Amino acid sequence: MSGQALSAPELRKPAPVSGRSRTGLAIVLIGVVLLAATMVLGSHIGEYYYLATYTILQFIVLGTAWNILGGYGGYVNFGTAGFFAIGCYTTIILNKIFPMPLLFEMLVAAATAGVVGLGTGYLTLRLRGVFFSIATLALAIVLQTLIVNWSFVGGARGVYVIRPAVSGIFVSYAQFLVVLMLGLAIFAVVVAWAVEKSWIGIGLAAIRDDEAAAETSGVPSLRLKLIATTMSGALMGMAGAPFPYYVTYVDPATAFGLAIAVNSIAMPLVGGTATWWGPVVGAILLGSAQQILTVTISSAANLFIVGVLLVVFVTVAPRGVVGIVRGWKRGRK
Amino acid sequence: MEFSWDLVINAIVTGVVLGGFYASVAIGVTIAFGMLDIVNIAHPAFMIAGAYLAFWGSEKFGFDPFVSIAVFAPSGYLFGRAFYRAYHFFFERRGDESLQGLAFFFGILFIVEIGIVLIFGVDYRSITQPYLESTIGVGFVSVPWRMLVPFLVGLGMLGSVYLYLSRTFTGRTILAVSQDVEALRLIGANPIRAKEIAFGIAVATAIVAGVLLIIIQPVEPSITREYIGRAFAICVLGGIASIPGTLVASLILGVAEALTTTFYGPSWSPAVSFGLLLLTLIFRPAGIFGR
Amino acid sequence: MIAKILEATGVTKRFDGFAALTSVDFTLLKGERVGLIGPNGSGKSTFVNCLTGILAPDDGSIIFDGNDITKTPAWLRARRGLARTYQIPRPFRGMTVQENIEVPLRFAVGHTSAGTISEAAQVILDQVGLGEKADLSPKGLTQVELRKLELGRALAAQPKVLIADEVMAGLSESEVDEILALLNRLNAEGISILLIEHIMRAVMLFAQRIVVIVAGSKIADGLPDEVMQQEDVERAYLGE
Repeated sequence: MSGQALSAPELRKPAPVSGRSRTGLAIVLIGVVLLAATMVLGSHIGEYYYLATYTILQFIVLGTAWNILGGYGGYVNFGTAGFFAIGCYTTIILNKIFPMPLLFEMLVAAATAGVVGLGTGYLTLRLRGVFFSIATLALAIVLQTLIVNWSFVGGARGVYVIRPAVSGIFVSYAQFLVVLMLGLAIFAVVVAWAVEKSWIGIGLAAIRDDEAAAETSGVPSLRLKLIATTMSGALMGMAGAPFPYYVTYVDPATAFGLAIAVNSIAMPLVGGTATWWGPVVGAILLGSAQQILTVTISSAANLFIVGVLLVVFVTVAPRGVVGIVRGWKRGRK
Repeated sequence: MEFSWDLVINAIVTGVVLGGFYASVAIGVTIAFGMLDIVNIAHPAFMIAGAYLAFWGSEKFGFDPFVSIAVFAPSGYLFGRAFYRAYHFFFERRGDESLQGLAFFFGILFIVEIGIVLIFGVDYRSITQPYLESTIGVGFVSVPWRMLVPFLVGLGMLGSVYLYLSRTFTGRTILAVSQDVEALRLIGANPIRAKEIAFGIAVATAIVAGVLLIIIQPVEPSITREYIGRAFAICVLGGIASIPGTLVASLILGVAEALTTTFYGPSWSPAVSFGLLLLTLIFRPAGIFGR
Repeated sequence: MIAKILEATGVTKRFDGFAALTSVDFTLLKGERVGLIGPNGSGKSTFVNCLTGILAPDDGSIIFDGNDITKTPAWLRARRGLARTYQIPRPFRGMTVQENIEVPLRFAVGHTSAGTISEAAQVILDQVGLGEKADLSPKGLTQVELRKLELGRALAAQPKVLIADEVMAGLSESEVDEILALLNRLNAEGISILLIEHIMRAVMLFAQRIVVIVAGSKIADGLPDEVMQQEDVERAYLGE
């Protein structure tokens, strides 16, 4: 029974935890460096690259947000597009009745999407995980139907959005959008990292592994799930708020689009759901690949490949890139 | 839209007929999800694949839809069995997380839908058969054959599955699996094989439902997602694993949608099923006939 | 007069017409060792689930340490000192053995400092004899080690009452003795214990009082020797 403490590698500690606040600081520092680089590079970069970077950053936010509930807690949200669209349409509605700077629009979007997340969670998180997932899908479709039937926001035809003038320190609106989304991405990743290491993250991990056992160990599972759902929804809403200015024409098909739905699940799963940097890696890998491929093949073919990657990874490499890297590290020891 | 009893009755009749068809869509979910606990949200994708197979059969070989059913449903059954074996090997045995299982089926759903877009494009596809063109009328109520046929076939399929599950040995094994896997192992029956056959049946019903769908209306790939709502709304409302429940819930959904379409227009109908599903989950998750 | 630490009155639970529990009364005194026995499917686990808050009874009340906990959520009961193990061990498989113990330390007891939590966890691991396995994944533990992990996790919640649900099932004789010794030590420290078991040898050795549930109803409640002599208890176990 006792005796040797040595054992086969696969039985060892699942995840090495090191350098707590150092990591958080490192994330912020890297983010600041990237921000500075973006400002300095200015007009040396074409508009296309700014917009491509914007898309990848947006997916970092969406994937990270999804993972707080999905990867950490084990509850799969199929309705990311719904929360994203709440952000988009909050901006559109505010523009029409009460114009304000984009930053404030993002805050309102966060609040709206967060409340919707809280509400959905409150109604369905007491049930089995699969019912929550189906409910999120239902939510996205119900929201889409509402928007399609609401002429104030353009209905099925969509709306055009005019980009406002941008302050002089930015060479173009595109650059401003990238800086904004970079800031949001840093914020989202830091939040995910902080949640993971905190009691919230540990509680979510227990819930994910065995909810009943977690409850009888004192974990307030409903409360934690609601916290995760609200945070996740709010971040997704924030990611959607600048989108109308990015595309300048928004219709429900795009806002609630398939690309958002599949990528926000594929990226964390391919990257690795166990920790904060998984969705980041997934977003960068899959996002860049899609940006490159869109030039050569149709967007439908693009998404098809993403779907295939999702299925392949979930079947043979369920821990994603994170799992592969950790396994490789363990092998070297 | 003014209210008139004619409209209401026509809507109800249409709804009932539609409901019969919806039952054929949902029965596969009742089996896979309700009885086998497999969260196959890709079920509507298999259905749409069936619809497009019927289209292809009609275009390429001149298949009548019933011929398509005879040809493609058995293949669907075999495919379903193989698919379940793979799913069991990679996911059920691991037993770890339903996160992976859900993401897997979502991926499959996605691949099938986009695959169809790549092969067939996003335009509406339909098949026409002369004998489906006419309408049956009684008084002021009229129902087109293209809806009546799926209604009848849908009911027939539901009835056959019910008989199979309650009268044959394999069928009863499947029902037993859904209730207590352990007890089954104790008496020496093989639950895996039973589940495999059940899943094969579920996919076969999806293919049939797909053929019925393209008889009723022209199809295009994004219809898939509407049917997730319908299939699961019916399954949950009906009590998850109950076949009579599936039938009753299908009729309720059919009538609800028909009334909504008549008085509020067709653009609201996707919301009906999902709305119904949300309400059921919130207020009575066990459904009508559920445990 | 010793105080009651746990009192269930008239607990009834139905599953869609099937009565799993019918008006069960049960008392556990402070520091007591009670055994709960009954044939498979008689409702013992359902009863435990009602006591711990995993299931809500259709009727009846549960009072723990003077407070009515009938409507209290499971996690709050755990915080108040009602702990349990599971028949089939349910460790947190994504965490190490030590991290498993740390969860109740963090949530049921409310420690916040990582250092305190880690030390307390190691103490508990040593108490249940898993000290050497702290950094392992539960996937590498043997059956008896998994049972000890279950007990360790329950212990970490600083319970006043420990419900041990078939914690000895499938273990060898010496392993059963190990677990019994551990339970006795815990009881000596003041923890009231409800032992649900099929292994009669263990129950007779351990319990001060035995309760018998058959087909959802309590049919006996008293001293071990007396209860085991009762006709209906014999019938339930040996058949007609």
